[in-house]
Amino acid sequence: MKNVLKGLAVLAVVVISSAFTVNKLNGSGGYQVGDIAADFSLKNVDGKMVSLSDYKDAKGFILTFTCNTCPYAVAYEDRIIALDKMYASKGYPVIAIMPNNTDVKPGDNFEAMQRRAKDKGFTFPYLLDEGQKVYPQYGATKTPHMFVLQKTKKGNIVQYIGAIDDNYQDASAVKEKYVEKAVNALLDGKEVEPKTTRAIGCTIKV
Amino acid sequence: MLKHIKGCFIIHNFMNMKYIIYLAVLVSLFACKNENKQADNQHANNGIQEKELEVYDYNGLEKYLHIKDNKTYVVNFWATWCVPCVKELPYFEQLNTEYKDKNVEVILVSLDFPKQYDSKLKPFLEKHQVKSRVMALNDTDMNTWIPKVDENWSGAIPATIIYNKDKREFYEKSFTLEELKQEVQQFIN
Repeated sequence: MKNVLKGLAVLAVVVISSAFTVNKLNGSGGYQVGDIAADFSLKNVDGKMVSLSDYKDAKGFILTFTCNTCPYAVAYEDRIIALDKMYASKGYPVIAIMPNNTDVKPGDNFEAMQRRAKDKGFTFPYLLDEGQKVYPQYGATKTPHMFVLQKTKKGNIVQYIGAIDDNYQDASAVKEKYVEKAVNALLDGKEVEPKTTRAIGCTIKV
Repeated sequence: MLKHIKGCFIIHNFMNMKYIIYLAVLVSLFACKNENKQADNQHANNGIQEKELEVYDYNGLEKYLHIKDNKTYVVNFWATWCVPCVKELPYFEQLNTEYKDKNVEVILVSLDFPKQYDSKLKPFLEKHQVKSRVMALNDTDMNTWIPKVDENWSGAIPATIIYNKDKREFYEKSFTLEELKQEVQQFIN
């Protein structure tokens, strides 16, 4: 009897949580290009809290929702590191946020994030979206998912949402580097084009 | 294969004379090896032919998203590395079997990396005895084809299209078996 009850409880949790997944995915929440992005305070792999407002000299940010366990995210790790090396000094540092529920994806838990950051030599913060509050605000649906923000007097304006480039398989076969193009345009005071792109990714695990 | 080995033993025994024994062993072993290899190759080729993976770029895939006959098509975008996709795959398999006589056909479009077709995708299909039609989509220019699949698709998988000649729905979500049957029911009634 106890086992039956336990089974029912588990079933109830599964049903309820899957219902939530559906709602979240179908909801068109999150930022559009032109919206002002909210700041956050999330724990970095070094144990310190990081906020956008910590970056006094930044002109903007290359924000990526990424994780350890998604092959598409992993395929882009080196390119994210390259972006930080290229643009941090120009005022657009990379900030990576891991949005998955770590109970569902233990391979993305804080210790695993610390190991990954160390192994890959991440030059940027790798933050845990504890409680999964930040990614729904931004409207990230998958990993990797990029948001380029431009710092203005009004706040951090979302200027680009989407993919890093147009070839996840082969960095050397890339024809269009969307994020680079967006940041270059912002640095030159020009309009970002394209403003949004799409890419296959792993659903964020709730 | 067994036949070849037997044949080789016979040759070997026949030539079993003292002064040529080493040479004979060498020759027969060599012959056996070659024959066996050929047989294995033949076997392997047949195996691959039976389980040939259909691989398309988006242009090649597109027609399967717009077939205008009397069937209802359930096209599921998935990958072996996508945990929620693998979890719901048995439901699509079940649907494909149970609703066959209701004119429903499931097409599983894999987004696995091409370099893992042989190491991951094919063994997965073999292990789980996947019966639905499987095709692999190899097209890196995602920003071009994702909106063509559906304007509302962010690119996260699993994602599913259910369509027939009159009606079409897109779902960027996971299904339970019940939900899947419920959705398909709306297309066949």
